[in-house]
Amino acid sequence: MAMLGAINPVLMAGLNGDDSWRLKDYVARGGYEQLKRILQTGMTQEDVIGEVKKSVLRGRGGAGFPTGLKWSFMPRSFPGDKYVVCNTDEGEPGTFKDRDIMRYNPHAVIEGMIIAGFAMGANRGYNYVHGEIWEIYKRFEEALDEARAAGLLGQNILGTQFGFELFAHHGYGAYICGEETALLESIEGKKGQPRFKPPFPASFGLYGRPTTINNTETFASIPFILKMGGEEFLNLGKPNNGGTKLFSVSGHVNRPGNYEIPLGTPFSTLLEMCGGMRGGRKLKAVIPGGSSAPVMPADVIMDCTMDYDSISKGGSMLGSGAVIVMDETVCMVKALERLSFFYHEESCGQCTPCREGTAWMYKVVHRIENGQGKPEDLDLLNSVLGNIAGRTICALGDAAAFPVQSFLKHFGSEFEYHIEHKTCLVPKDVQWAGSGFHKIPA
Amino acid sequence: MFSADTLQKFAREVAKYPAEQKQSAVMACLAHAQEEKGWLPPEAIEAVADYLGMPPIAAYEVASFYNMYDLKPVGKYKITVCTNLPCALSGGYHAGEYLQQKLGVGYGETTADGKFTLKEGECMGACGDAPVFIVNNRSMCSHMHPEQIDKLLEECK
Repeated sequence: MAMLGAINPVLMAGLNGDDSWRLKDYVARGGYEQLKRILQTGMTQEDVIGEVKKSVLRGRGGAGFPTGLKWSFMPRSFPGDKYVVCNTDEGEPGTFKDRDIMRYNPHAVIEGMIIAGFAMGANRGYNYVHGEIWEIYKRFEEALDEARAAGLLGQNILGTQFGFELFAHHGYGAYICGEETALLESIEGKKGQPRFKPPFPASFGLYGRPTTINNTETFASIPFILKMGGEEFLNLGKPNNGGTKLFSVSGHVNRPGNYEIPLGTPFSTLLEMCGGMRGGRKLKAVIPGGSSAPVMPADVIMDCTMDYDSISKGGSMLGSGAVIVMDETVCMVKALERLSFFYHEESCGQCTPCREGTAWMYKVVHRIENGQGKPEDLDLLNSVLGNIAGRTICALGDAAAFPVQSFLKHFGSEFEYHIEHKTCLVPKDVQWAGSGFHKIPA
Repeated sequence: MFSADTLQKFAREVAKYPAEQKQSAVMACLAHAQEEKGWLPPEAIEAVADYLGMPPIAAYEVASFYNMYDLKPVGKYKITVCTNLPCALSGGYHAGEYLQQKLGVGYGETTADGKFTLKEGECMGACGDAPVFIVNNRSMCSHMHPEQIDKLLEECK
């Protein structure tokens, strides 16, 4: 099933049955009509970008940057090759929405990318797909073949002068490639190490050519924005937070999965849609936007609505919309230990503060979790994270530092307890119960 | 070095990129090479580099940077378990422990009969389906509780 629940769905509306991803089904849902309208009624590049600006669509990959504005940065009359790149390297812990968009509605991504190519004067595109979701990558390649065979990709699309080629490129296990310049390096056949910015990809991107990179959900929204009009899309959400968004809910809820809801929907409503807390236990904390977003205590998130501005006001980030829900059975020290291990493991090694700092953060949190913490460790952690944040080429350094900072800020007493008592506040057997894993037979 | 089938797959990948950017196909070609060989011995990496007209060291850099390439032999079935936080909250750690008990090996190890290699992985982008495994980089297995794990191991002949 495409969605476990939705309110006014747009991207994932009407997706029933195993063939919803096929071209035939997409066309039956009104697919590729917007591309036709643009090419056959003489819409201009400015018209398309204007409509996207009106919608206040904000980048769905994590940064929330206005898409229309990003598109307007492309030097669209610059001669020669220009590129549109889709970021489906979905590896931010907690995020699994793009996988379902690609699984159930890949042609929306393709149509969105072709329209983006038209609007920005780009003639070639790549979709970079997370290597771990191989079946989805293969399906996307099949969807591309369908589009090619129907004359929707290639030269002279729909008999016009406009041509656009689109291909899929797979990752092979590197979180850092979700960073847009690392992703470009990766497409160029290199290690995925981020580039220093500026120059930004709009002037020096793939193969040194003007390039715009957007998230899968962002591209998939484009045909729908053009269909309903930018203003109507904006009004689905709330001012400055246009449209609906997919939220990937994981952790301690009864029905983890993807939910498409209007931006501005209360968190409490989303939690209800997920069937509430597993086992009726009490909510302890939520990471609202993927593991890089600061953790929020239960009482703070319960007062928030799910949109960029409200979550930011609550002290975190909406990020990719990956909502990681934790109940009272979670040991926050162990939770942070796992996240710190992840950033240490995935640091690309290019910048010293991140390469060395993530190792130190993991090492210190690990020893606190294992009863060997020292009273001065909390100050040490704060000092290490302060030496990473803002001092690296890309945002992975900040992404690694924010969880540590926010866990210490909101749950510092659990860390102090660990250090003083050499053990956890939450008994091990209770942690076991929270995971919902069926008991191992004796 | 490679079968006709694999070489055909290489050609298909190269065709995705501008003619002067053959190196862009290195990730896909290494993946196909690994699929044929079971892992990536140095000769295979060099042969891919040769095919794409790039220095062997540049191909080796790629092979050693991305986690899903195996630079050492692995068992017939490589099972990668996601233990990242969202999965761990829904049994990822426990599923890994259960697999270790059943197979009698730890993470990064291969069973004595060469059949299974167990690996601890990072986020696979399927957190709603936890616990999650990937078998041989290709097949994603969802909701892996003891009964499903037993079934998976039985199916790996």
